[in-house]
Amino acid sequence: MAMQHAFHVQPSASSRSAAPAALGGQIAVQNVSKTYGAEGFAKEVVHNCSFTIERGKLTVMIGPSGCGKSTLIRLVAGFERPSSGAITVDDKPVTGPGVDRLVVFQETALFPWMTTYDNIMYGPRARHEDTPEMREFAEALLEKVGLSAFRKKYPAQLSGGMQRRAELARSMINRPKVMILDEPFRGLDAMTKRLMQAYYANLYDEFRRTTFFVTTDIDEAIYLADRILIMTNIPTQVRAVIDVNLPRPRQVENITESDEANAIKMQALSLLHEEAMKSFARGSKAAADFVEAYSKRMNKG
Amino acid sequence: MTGLGRGLFRAASFFTGEEFWRGAAAIAVFLLFWEVGSRSQMLFGFAFPWVGQVPAPSGVLKEMYRLILEPSFWGSAYLSTMRVLEGFLAAMAIGIPLGLAMAVSRTFYGISFPVFEVLRPIPPLAWVPAAIIFWPTQEMSIAFVTFLGAFFTIVINVIGGAQSIDVRYFQAARSMGSSTFDVFRRIILPGVLPSIVVGATVGIGITWAVVVAAEMISGGGSAGSMGGAAGGGLGFFIWNSYVGGSYTQIVVGMISIGIAGYASSAILRKIGEWMTPWLAEG
Repeated sequence: MAMQHAFHVQPSASSRSAAPAALGGQIAVQNVSKTYGAEGFAKEVVHNCSFTIERGKLTVMIGPSGCGKSTLIRLVAGFERPSSGAITVDDKPVTGPGVDRLVVFQETALFPWMTTYDNIMYGPRARHEDTPEMREFAEALLEKVGLSAFRKKYPAQLSGGMQRRAELARSMINRPKVMILDEPFRGLDAMTKRLMQAYYANLYDEFRRTTFFVTTDIDEAIYLADRILIMTNIPTQVRAVIDVNLPRPRQVENITESDEANAIKMQALSLLHEEAMKSFARGSKAAADFVEAYSKRMNKG
Repeated sequence: MTGLGRGLFRAASFFTGEEFWRGAAAIAVFLLFWEVGSRSQMLFGFAFPWVGQVPAPSGVLKEMYRLILEPSFWGSAYLSTMRVLEGFLAAMAIGIPLGLAMAVSRTFYGISFPVFEVLRPIPPLAWVPAAIIFWPTQEMSIAFVTFLGAFFTIVINVIGGAQSIDVRYFQAARSMGSSTFDVFRRIILPGVLPSIVVGATVGIGITWAVVVAAEMISGGGSAGSMGGAAGGGLGFFIWNSYVGGSYTQIVVGMISIGIAGYASSAILRKIGEWMTPWLAEG
């Protein structure tokens, strides 16, 4: 019930004008490569990759699954260091995880042993900022994500959609310069996913926070994005950048009927199809190698 | 409904539920078979193998009723319970920090785990002679062997629990500005708590098994033969009944240990449920 309530909140004109002016947070990824594994068995996942996440814009990264998108997220978040190249936030190099770049993880990474409220208050408490203002902000966020009635519930007692909203609130209370979302709506049923996308679009329109959003869903990408980065197959690079200049706030119905949106979709799909075919070809080659090696061994035996 | 109300409702529905009656019927059939088996010599003219030698439950119940009014029986139960508590609490107090240290520090893990893994497969009872040699009193030897019974289980569970915490929890906590201590207190500790509960529940069961055997082996010594401060306990009670030829008492002793072990595991499970409310259903 509370869920529906949350989705019916339309961003009013007043709330939009009251939104904070674009916070900082321009991310530049320059000639970044990332290789895993010991020498001789090394596997390059990201190859000489460069792109920017522009301030106050929603940049969506889309690419074939397993192409190295999650690796790029870990690099930008600072959980891992690139093998070569540089990543900067507002021209300052990234040296580790920081509260200026918060990740909303695939599936849920809410702390299972904390209630919704304690999860949201985790960041402020970790930084010894458990002030009345923060508690008020937490209340406002609970209200905004429609979980006021679920403040004392544990994550396991929430539905998938509620968990994602709780996690959004847990990030937003820290006022990050950049929000990083790693396929946040993956694993939700189609209906909930559609609702979450609409809900998230409203949230973005209200705060206009710099956002790095990774997905494999082209419709989701076009519905949400200001810019779309289309990635190549592994080792990944940016294949193309498409600007999406559809007016905001967007409605799913308008997008499906828009010629411009459909043109973008066709363009993006043909690029993605090419990359997917490359990975398929590579897969077949690996299979062929295996068959060859297997028959050799059989002949020897 | 309040917590108490819900508890009472659950208790009430337990006694009317299908599950309860199935359990009750199973125990009744078991007792009946036992009673008939024990009297087989009298009833059929020949003794059933094994069960034909065992005292009948009616006799055991009578003996149990007599012993319940006997202070020395309660003295034995008290001695064993105290030893279990001592050994178990010591195993928790040493095992939990040790397991956490091994899980948190790669260096410490590298140093201590090989030694730990060599000592772990040694059955606690194999330690009895050594324990008698290197502890000054018999009481301490028994407590030490009891401690070993729970110790290894608890440590292994703590290490496993800590290692299975989702790495994304650490990443999220770090991103939000957590200090190392904060991560330990608010991520690692609650993250291993369910495994500690499992380790403790299993560990206290092993503790009961070990204390009884240790009492049998060492309790019959010089001080133990008098049933005095050293020695004694339910293990010695059973051994003493065997030596004295009181077979019904043996069975009473065995059942007492079963009930004590069940009760201590049940209490720990309850405490565990209370400490990990996020695992509750609904």
